[in-house]
Amino acid sequence: MLRFAVAGLAANKVRSALTMLGVLIGVASVILLLAVGNGSSVAVKDSITSLGTNALTVSSSASRGSVTAAKKLTVEDAKALATATDTPSVKSVAPVVTTSGTALYGNISYQPGQIVGTYPAYFETSNLKVGKGDYFSADDVLNSRKVAVLGSTTATELFATEDPVGKKITIGGTPFTVVGVLKTKGSTGFNDPDDVVIAPLPTVQNAFTGFGSVNQILVQASSAEATTEAQSDITRILMGTHAIKDATKVDFRISNQTSLLSARESTDRTFTVLLGAVAAISLLVGGIGITNIMLVTVAERTREIGIRKALGAPRAVILGQFLAESTLLSVIGAGLGVLVGIAGSHFPVVGIKPVVIPESVLGAFGIAVAIGLFFGSYPANRAAALRPIDALRHE
Amino acid sequence: MRAAKPPVIQIRRVTKSYGHGDAVVHALRGPMTGGGEPLGVDLDVAEGDYVAVMGSSGSGKSTLMNILGCLDVPTSGRYLLDGTDVGHLDEGQLSLVRNRKIGFVFQSFNLVPRTTALAQVELPLAYAGVRAAERRRRATAALGLVGLADRAGHKPNQLSGGQQQRVAVARALVTAPAMLLADEPTGNLDSHSTEEVLGIIDGLNARGRTVVVITHEDEVALHAKRVIRLVDGAIVSDVRQAPVDGPPPALAAAAGVVA
Ligand SMILES: Nc1ncnc2c1ncn2[C@@H]1O[C@H](COP(=O)(O)OP(=O)(O)OP(=O)(O)O)[C@@H](O)[C@H]1O
Ligand SMILES: [Mg+2]
Repeated sequence: MLRFAVAGLAANKVRSALTMLGVLIGVASVILLLAVGNGSSVAVKDSITSLGTNALTVSSSASRGSVTAAKKLTVEDAKALATATDTPSVKSVAPVVTTSGTALYGNISYQPGQIVGTYPAYFETSNLKVGKGDYFSADDVLNSRKVAVLGSTTATELFATEDPVGKKITIGGTPFTVVGVLKTKGSTGFNDPDDVVIAPLPTVQNAFTGFGSVNQILVQASSAEATTEAQSDITRILMGTHAIKDATKVDFRISNQTSLLSARESTDRTFTVLLGAVAAISLLVGGIGITNIMLVTVAERTREIGIRKALGAPRAVILGQFLAESTLLSVIGAGLGVLVGIAGSHFPVVGIKPVVIPESVLGAFGIAVAIGLFFGSYPANRAAALRPIDALRHE
Repeated sequence: MRAAKPPVIQIRRVTKSYGHGDAVVHALRGPMTGGGEPLGVDLDVAEGDYVAVMGSSGSGKSTLMNILGCLDVPTSGRYLLDGTDVGHLDEGQLSLVRNRKIGFVFQSFNLVPRTTALAQVELPLAYAGVRAAERRRRATAALGLVGLADRAGHKPNQLSGGQQQRVAVARALVTAPAMLLADEPTGNLDSHSTEEVLGIIDGLNARGRTVVVITHEDEVALHAKRVIRLVDGAIVSDVRQAPVDGPPPALAAAAGVVA
């Protein structure tokens, strides 16, 4: 029966090939588009977890409904968080100021994306690892030493292949000694996390921002599970230092990576579903192609069907022959589609590296074959139901 | 006693008409009543008989044959094959009947395209569920019988008209059916091939098969034991040329000459 089916398809190679191409495109696009959607959500997840899922960011916000100006976050707030004894959920605290400026090394001038002033805890909390040299220490912070750790992008921009550790750079007139270079984290979108200069908080405050407020306080919770607890501890302590009684009128905002993560994940899911829907439509179109071809094939071979029935071919045999043909079309088309889809997912699409979802491969293949059976059965049924003489008389 | 057996074919008041209203064509109608209503065709064919059906073009010969071969259903009337009313059979039983009891040779050969002569002849055996090796053996034998053993691997478009017709005959007799129905089996053949094909059919009848053959040619009709003439869908004459249980006239004559 398979031999008959192969012969039937081979009798009209171009037509069979085009039909298979339809199925192939459908299956390949399902696999590829879902892989792209999945790849983008994997990338987002990776970049967010690389920030550290235990990290909580406290930033200042004007309390809604309150007439009084919001109190800015200060180093004292950070100290209050760090010294509180009844908060096992808080592991470390790092106040953060950010600014910008131009760095000079010899006659090379470069403006890094960000100049960050903070405490050493910042490195661990933000999941930053040093590649060469070392982090600056708590001692450097206490003594306001003019030392800096460079992100890998900034380091290559200023030093090219030279080893930056121990060299002096000048930022906004202040000389800094480079003590370390961070490992490359990799870009996660528009801003490059490796394009930074990180220096002790008081040094940056002294040279650039002044000793007023800080931009953020980065808090590391003791574990991923403890983030919620840490969040309420922080709220409680900061309400104390800011003298706020009403929890609905706080003048700061705490965001954690998990909430960021789930927000991004849900947009990604919508994206994936949309891509999947587009792909499913092309798969359906492929299925309609099979129906069309099988209808043409049946019409063309009606006389043959009549002859076979006159020779005593049972209905099931006729049905089986055409179903075998349409299934073969869809199986080969879908098989090639799987190959093309998987091969195609090795190349990045619009900057996203596709990650194939195994279920989508099985699903797309299964659906394509089912479509072949389903859409093939209509023409096959029509063929098998013909009365021999009507089939024989068919022009 | 053969004569005591019931006829293989019994048709009773069978009509076949196409179209409706004024445009209606009575392809088979039998005698008319006074009011112009068709009464239908009655016909009995005994087992082992050799019937030639003659008549002008459009007289309803093929229509009758298609009904006898269970390829078409009559508009009215009954058809009993071996005593069973064919009208009561379902699809599956009908394909069994076509496969096991009837060998059909079409006016236009009706070979399956792109299929070799051997595969062509194997087809009815395949539908009967015969195993591949046995199928090949019997199909080769049948092709040998029609003198086409050396053309087994040829496809219809590589065969002459006469060769195609002989493949069709081989396909009809390969299952050894009790009944051979042939619609102008020699219509496209030269006199030599005609004699060959008729010789095969005579031989089958001599071995007890019932044969119904449609023809325009009197020479072909001479081979039959009984000749029926159709005019406008009705039987107008029914002549017996030889007894049912004897050999077909052509073979008898040949034997007579030798004797
Ligand atoms: N499917 C059909 N639709 C309408 N009319 C038909 C159909 N089949 C046959 N007829 C008509 O029925 C009549 C008998 O046709 P049939 O084929 O039985 O003739 P025939 O005796 O076999 O002729 P020939 O010797 O030319 O083969 C013809 O008048 C024909 O036009
Ligand atoms: Mg005819």
